Amino acid sequence: MKVGLFIPCYIDQFYPQVGIATYQLLKKLGCDVDYPENQTCCGQPMANSGFSPLTGGCDKNFVANFDAYDYIVAPSGSCVLHIKEHLKDDKNPEKAQKIRNNIYELTEFLVDILKVEHLSSNFPYKVGFHTSCHGQRGLHLSSMTERVLPQFSKPEQLLQKVKGLQLSYPERKDECCGFGGTFCVFEEAVSVKMGKDRIEEHQKNEVDYITAGDVSCLMHLEGILKRQGSKVKAIHLAEILNHE
Amino acid sequence: MSNLKTLDHAAAAEIFIKDEARTDWHDDTLWFVRQKRDKAVHGIAEWEQLREWASEIKNHTLSNLDNYLIAFEKQAEANGIKIHWAADALEHNQLMHKILKDNNISRIVKSKSMLTEECHLNDYLKKQGIEVVDTDLGERIVQLRDEAPSHIVLPAIHLKKQDVSETFHEHLHTEEGNNDPQYLTEAARQHLRDHFIQSELAITGVNFAIAETGGFVVCTNEGNADMGAHTAKIHVACMGIEKIIPKTEHLGVFLRLLARSATGQPITTYSSHFQKPRSGQEMHIIIVDNGRTKQLGRADFRNSLKCIRCAACFNTCPVYRRSGGHSYHTAVAGPIGSILNPNLDMKANADLPFASTLCGSCSNVCPVKIDIHEQLWKWRQVIVEEGYVKPEKKIAMKGMAWLFSNPKVYRWAGKSGRWFLRTMPFLGNNKLNVWYKQREMPEAPKQSFHDWYQQNKNK
Amino acid sequence: MSSREKILATCTANKPALVDLPQLSDEHLTHYDDKIAQFKLILEGIGGKVVALENIEQVKEEIAIHKQSGEFVVDTVFNTDDALKAQTSFDLERVDRAYLQATLGVAENGSVWLYEAQMGNRLLPFICQHLFIVLDKATLVDNMYQAYQKLQVQETGFGVFIAGPSKTADIEQSLVIGAHGARSLTVYLV
Repeated sequence: MKVGLFIPCYIDQFYPQVGIATYQLLKKLGCDVDYPENQTCCGQPMANSGFSPLTGGCDKNFVANFDAYDYIVAPSGSCVLHIKEHLKDDKNPEKAQKIRNNIYELTEFLVDILKVEHLSSNFPYKVGFHTSCHGQRGLHLSSMTERVLPQFSKPEQLLQKVKGLQLSYPERKDECCGFGGTFCVFEEAVSVKMGKDRIEEHQKNEVDYITAGDVSCLMHLEGILKRQGSKVKAIHLAEILNHE
Repeated sequence: MSNLKTLDHAAAAEIFIKDEARTDWHDDTLWFVRQKRDKAVHGIAEWEQLREWASEIKNHTLSNLDNYLIAFEKQAEANGIKIHWAADALEHNQLMHKILKDNNISRIVKSKSMLTEECHLNDYLKKQGIEVVDTDLGERIVQLRDEAPSHIVLPAIHLKKQDVSETFHEHLHTEEGNNDPQYLTEAARQHLRDHFIQSELAITGVNFAIAETGGFVVCTNEGNADMGAHTAKIHVACMGIEKIIPKTEHLGVFLRLLARSATGQPITTYSSHFQKPRSGQEMHIIIVDNGRTKQLGRADFRNSLKCIRCAACFNTCPVYRRSGGHSYHTAVAGPIGSILNPNLDMKANADLPFASTLCGSCSNVCPVKIDIHEQLWKWRQVIVEEGYVKPEKKIAMKGMAWLFSNPKVYRWAGKSGRWFLRTMPFLGNNKLNVWYKQREMPEAPKQSFHDWYQQNKNK
Repeated sequence: MSSREKILATCTANKPALVDLPQLSDEHLTHYDDKIAQFKLILEGIGGKVVALENIEQVKEEIAIHKQSGEFVVDTVFNTDDALKAQTSFDLERVDRAYLQATLGVAENGSVWLYEAQMGNRLLPFICQHLFIVLDKATLVDNMYQAYQKLQVQETGFGVFIAGPSKTADIEQSLVIGAHGARSLTVYLV
């Protein structure tokens, strides 16, 4: 099974350790992983700001990089959702469609495709789980508190296999952290307030770490945590699952 | 209000949040309503089925709206109700004014109608020297304060009981400093009873209008719509064209969804079914378009017309809860307002579709399954295309698009880290780093993932 | 072109292709083993009172007692009083207690349905201080679907579902009973 690793731009630039953990984890689980080296960005920042006509270059580049893979996996629900919903290739629509069908967020890939039963991970800390909206409500990685449907959670299923880890949820289990792409600067006041409120609930649970499936949420929460001088650290789910 | 220059959502929200304790209180109060909603709907095993039915009934109705409106008119007229048609807010207000003038009316009570808020009826009539008394408690509170409602179901939710107490002390002469909601509500009851029993004309909204029978349903908890409508010699009900449903039996779906979504109640206290005027009474219905037929023609946005005004999307919205209804500077605030208002005035409301993180909770709570957050995304595209966006934003976006389209440039920019940081979307291309105001910047690592991979891929 | 014509013409031009209306059915909906218990649970949860009576004579006696004590009591359960129709808000404003018969009750939401004829005057159930409803327990239905199957809404000039006393939470979400309408609702299940 040929897996194309998609490492979104800001992970590549600011959080390489998340890319490394994802790569190592997939290798450990027996995947043939490739990182197409000319990848850049999925185009979401432009599209979510209303500039979807400007994403043509990103789309073209994405198709050129990922066309050849059976599966495309990324440690970011948000970027995966963008590709799934919006990737276009006017010249070769079937190529874009194939990618849209074959792209997976990491935990979704581990649970649904690899059907991971066992992990060798060890992470003896109190971890608060932040539910990232696009993964949850967009990709249906877990059930949603608003809906009257059976409960499940793919990320939790995996975290429960990690030795020593004590998982907790904030009181409002799936409220948005306020990152929201360019929302985080154009609506700075609301964005930060939302982030502070998420953090406060996790702090009530006395967590050592806040984890999530999206680095964007974590980058925002980490920025606030650091400014507050908090001891709580932000860590991506892939880093925990890869931790031994 | 309408005569003030309005701030955009972000600026108004920033002012709102400055009082952090009050913001927390506002957020908690509305979250409490969301929790009541959750408790109510999780007790209904068929909830998702009801939502699906409601959505399908509304979709069907919109696809046959002209015929249903004609059928409704015919039946209502056969029942002795007078039907008026208003193309826009002004015509609605003029029609109302004419009914008042023709009948020489001076004592008017009005129960909650978001349509009359949308049309700014009170302001219009005030300019003609006519006073309308709002009778919904929340609406009466904001009316006495000369404010606009901040929420379509809970109009005074932005106010604390101390605020209400002060307002009532000033206008209704209640005891100074008595903040007891029970006491204040009783004072309003007595004050408004006088208005009810003397009322000559009652204005109400319409929750549902039934094409098959020509009847309509008005839902309240307080009973204020009924107190007015059954007292006054004239009852005028105002409805948007989208309030139509085909048959009476469909009420069995909508009435189950409405109150549970709105406040977590199983049903509103009063669900009043008006069919014919009582003997000696006149009943009028003003059917209003005001941009709705235009929205019907927008394929991407027409299903916003399914809205039954429950406000569940307000209560669940983490942005609404932390910015307050007035920051949306429109009669209908919140997520649903952000997809309805650009249709009414795209330029004035160009900020609203951006007042969201696109978290999607609004679409999940919506009892008629409006894809609210997807429409917010689509409005952003339309607004940019129509040119209602700041030029600096456009330049930044073009720069990013160019960078990300060229892998070599992207990697070069990454290596010269500062250049890349400046280009990243969260910096918004502002001279002042907005991110940094209340957050630390991510630390730029020595090596990108790309570089690590090149070193390690063959190990 | 009149506004009416303009609105209808734009609707015709702008509406999407016709989609089907769903077929509603009772099959998918919750049914209760004990409708009386469910009705009581819900109505009491929203501030109403439910009293089970052996026979309706008890209501008659209660009415007589309150009338004797000088309260303004209106009763359309035992008396069909045509004069009621002509009464104005100024008259009805003084009603302390109104006793009305309901057509049916809904277990799912604790509401009762009244036709205009059962009210005597449309204003009465709203303007009275305290409302008492007599309901035959055999008329309880599970849900709103069943309720609308039984009712003939178009046959009445006015009808209403009432669920509990008048209430508001418009001041800081504090629930207050007795906003504009009846301050209490008691349902006598017979």
